[in-house]
Amino acid sequence: MVAQEVEKEPEETLQPKTDFGPPHYEIMLHPVVKKNYGKWAYHEAVRPGVIKRVAESGDVIYTVRFGTPRLLSIYTVREICEIADKYCDGYLRFTSRHNVEFILTDPDKIEPLIKEVQEKLGFPCGGTRDTTNAKYCLSNIIHTQGWVHCHTPATDASGIVKSVMDELYDYFTDYKLPAQCRISLACCANMCGAVHASDISIVGVHRKVPKIDDDAVRRTCEIPSTVAACPTGALKPDMKRKTVVLDKDKCMYCGNCYTMCPGMPIFDPDNDGVAILVAGKVSDARYPPQLSKVVVPWIGNNPPRWPEVVQTIKKILETWATHAEKYERIAEWVHRIGWERFFELTGLEFTEKLIDDYKRTPYIYASYRTSAAFRW
Amino acid sequence: MPVVDGVELPETPLLDELEKGPWPSFVKEIKKTAIEQEKAMKAGKKIKLPGAAKGLLKVLELAYKDKRTHWKHGGIVSVIGYGGGVIGRYCDLEDQIPEVWHFHTIRINMPAGWFYTTKALRTICDVWEKWGSGLTNFHGSTGDIILLGTRTEYLQPCANALAYADQLYGGVPFDIGGSGSDLRTPSACMGPALCEFACYDTLKACYEFTMRYQNELHRPMWPYKFKIKCSGCPNDCVAAKARSDFAIIGTWKDEIQIDQEAVREYAKVIDIEEHVVKKCPTKAISWDGKELKINNRECIRCMHCINVLPKALKPGKERGATILIGGKAPFVDGAIIGWVAVPFIPENELIEKCCEMLEAIWEWWDEEGKFRERVGELIWRKGMDEFLKVINQKADVRMVYAPRNNPFIFWRELNE
Ligand code: HEM
Ligand code: HEM
Ligand code: HEM
Ligand code: HEM
Ligand code: SF4
Ligand code: SF4
Ligand code: SF4
Ligand code: SF4
Repeated sequence: MVAQEVEKEPEETLQPKTDFGPPHYEIMLHPVVKKNYGKWAYHEAVRPGVIKRVAESGDVIYTVRFGTPRLLSIYTVREICEIADKYCDGYLRFTSRHNVEFILTDPDKIEPLIKEVQEKLGFPCGGTRDTTNAKYCLSNIIHTQGWVHCHTPATDASGIVKSVMDELYDYFTDYKLPAQCRISLACCANMCGAVHASDISIVGVHRKVPKIDDDAVRRTCEIPSTVAACPTGALKPDMKRKTVVLDKDKCMYCGNCYTMCPGMPIFDPDNDGVAILVAGKVSDARYPPQLSKVVVPWIGNNPPRWPEVVQTIKKILETWATHAEKYERIAEWVHRIGWERFFELTGLEFTEKLIDDYKRTPYIYASYRTSAAFRW
Repeated sequence: MPVVDGVELPETPLLDELEKGPWPSFVKEIKKTAIEQEKAMKAGKKIKLPGAAKGLLKVLELAYKDKRTHWKHGGIVSVIGYGGGVIGRYCDLEDQIPEVWHFHTIRINMPAGWFYTTKALRTICDVWEKWGSGLTNFHGSTGDIILLGTRTEYLQPCANALAYADQLYGGVPFDIGGSGSDLRTPSACMGPALCEFACYDTLKACYEFTMRYQNELHRPMWPYKFKIKCSGCPNDCVAAKARSDFAIIGTWKDEIQIDQEAVREYAKVIDIEEHVVKKCPTKAISWDGKELKINNRECIRCMHCINVLPKALKPGKERGATILIGGKAPFVDGAIIGWVAVPFIPENELIEKCCEMLEAIWEWWDEEGKFRERVGELIWRKGMDEFLKVINQKADVRMVYAPRNNPFIFWRELNE
């Protein structure tokens, strides 16, 4: 497949350049943003997706937010650029949740911009909140690579996200929630997406130990580094047979060994799937940050659209949205009504799998203050 | 085979299901790339990896059919001078789908706060059209721009293309981000650029750390990864508390600033009692219909009232940040939200103090940390008392929710 180049490209002959770092953020700032840097007075929700920001100087900026699929073609990015040139003097930003935000100075351009983005890119406008009035859009689902690009996933990422967001589309484009709700997805328990403190998280889980193919291990793997990769010490070298042995009771199906050694695949089509967690949060507002809690231990993979996962997420979201008070995120709602009511209202089943028996998180951690909220 | 615009696409009945529905479709993005890249090549553009997006469609369709991934890991790949920033990825169907046999990821260090000019974005597009699959992620979970899929021999030219983008493409140069056991690309909320809540300059801090620690970022040499994230206030829009070993959370120490006139304006449209007073976690607020009073001794700076009344309330004037240490996702010792290591650093000392602490922490961790042990886990193993010595801090009750509930104290100094 390697194309035979006769002539070298300039990129192939240049001296590598290192450690020069990212472009300075200042060159990326819209002139009005730069002028009022650190001097913003307040903001106001204009409509779902649109926030008006007013500076002390009286200058005004509108940010207009659109959901994206995260996986973007460079040809789409170029179209985004054309729109930003036309409406925003060539300035824009992305958010921490895979949304794109256009930066406008002229309010009359908001509606035409939304229309053009919808027509050309198909990206919905929304994902913001009106905190003053306690009206919230659902934001985009932050997610990882899945079957698109990773070697240890227990599920796909983009496919579930697409299916869930199709179903919850109106929640993104409209203020339909009483409080903030962050959904995130990680396709295996390595949790690249660090989804462990989200209102709702979807986590890919393997349920069976890696299948050791002794022959393949002998052919393709370096045994010491494979053994060392196991975080739980479940692997031991078997020097005689030039392979590894696995202690089933210690393995937590993380797939790290597969990273080092293709001879012990972790994936298992019939037993892989996702767990669903709820009631995490990160902000200090009202209630301290919380880790998410497992409420569904496993749902099998059912591509291409994972209907069981979609319906479970929808059920949790809608039950919460119906019962929660203003500003009450899932963690706060459950704290008020109790877990017994949570399971009753959502109809989810509480089983022994939901009782913690992972003993590695030290008990001392419970007393550490995982919040920046305290008195002086 | 379906043909679109003269370009043949593979049959993908399962993936096609994910083109349906209102939410933007990643499958459409992959197909669009396949079509446009082939058209660009036919039009005479230089493109090194024609067919990569088509290859991805084939692999992904098989993954959907088989309900398993078809990617594998395989050896370290990188660019000259760096140990991190590139993730080696190979397909386990090299005979069937040679187009994506190599499909390595390059992480590109994004500008702080994810602000862009279209010129900068077009640079990425031009380079990646020529040297890669044309597929990207805006952004990866750490915050980098992800360039998804190229061959080993194109990694260096691609890095060169980005480094010399000003000369070669008339664009904006970009450097590679972190991966492996190194400093991961630091990230920041939009902070003072657009948000009135920012209690310190998150973009400046993020940029400073990134530039000062280029060596740590590009050359993995630690027990494991280390993440720094900067949020301008306790709302924590980059989820620093949960997602970084070293979280810098803007806050303040004095009184919340109140504009009573603006409160009265809000009172015309919302019920201040319901939306603000009752929701304050420490019941620090009172409202008599004319004046809003805050008992700042009781206030824990949770941000709720300010979030609801942004025009009327502002964080105080004595600003700075709280440092939380140890946040991370599960393996090995479970998921952790970071905990307070330094309750308050004034804004004007913030960057220098953080650098001092970071360097001391890294030295200690490098020395004492086990392979794959994150800093938070090392602190658990060694104890907060030792960690506080490392960062030269006195114990403060704000570091805990409650004192220990056992008297089993290690009196190390008496038993040397
Ligand atoms: C002026 C701009 C912004 C304001 C005033 C703001 C305000 C807030 C508030 C009030 C919260 C806490 C919500 C609660 O717990 O009740 C929050 C959390 C959050 N914000 Fe922002 N935000 C801003 C910009 C952004 C942007 C641009 C993003 C990126 C998309 C973002 C992402 C988040 C995330 C992910 C959280 C959730 C943290 C958690 O899980 O608790 N924010 N923000
Ligand atoms: C033993 C543990 C881990 C292993 C073996 C691992 C492995 C990987 C691999 C192979 C990728 C590349 C995916 C791809 O692009 O093909 C990746 C991506 C990533 N990892 Fe991890 N990971 C681990 C733990 C974590 C943890 C705990 C975090 C976060 C706290 C994390 C954050 C990330 C991020 C942000 C990405 C970028 C992926 C994206 O943006 O979707 N990883 N990881
Ligand atoms: C804004 C107000 C409140 C905040 C911020 C708050 C916060 C907390 C926190 C952080 C905990 C620790 C347990 C956990 O991990 O969730 C807790 C426990 C508890 N809270 Fe609240 N709480 C609030 C209001 C209330 C109210 C009004 C009640 C009773 C009507 C209540 C009853 C309890 C009980 C019974 C526990 C102990 C639960 C247990 O032992 O597992 N809380 N609260
Ligand atoms: C109206 C406000 C609050 C009420 C009524 C409340 C109520 C309670 C109750 C009943 C408990 C259980 C105490 C016990 O088991 O002896 C508790 C525990 C706790 N609360 Fe609160 N709380 C409030 C505010 C807060 C706030 C604002 C925070 C932190 C930001 C907080 C953090 C905690 C923590 C961490 C615990 C667990 C303490 C422990 O036992 O280790 N609470 N709270
Ligand atoms: S969460 Fe797991 S499967 Fe998903 S990208 Fe990260 S390491 Fe890969
Ligand atoms: S899957 Fe993880 S825990 Fe299990 S043997 Fe492999 S490395 Fe060890
Ligand atoms: S963390 Fe605070 S300062 Fe930063 S963008 Fe969010 S609300 Fe604004
Ligand atoms: S910041 Fe939070 S704790 Fe302080 S007064 Fe406002 S609502 Fe109450």
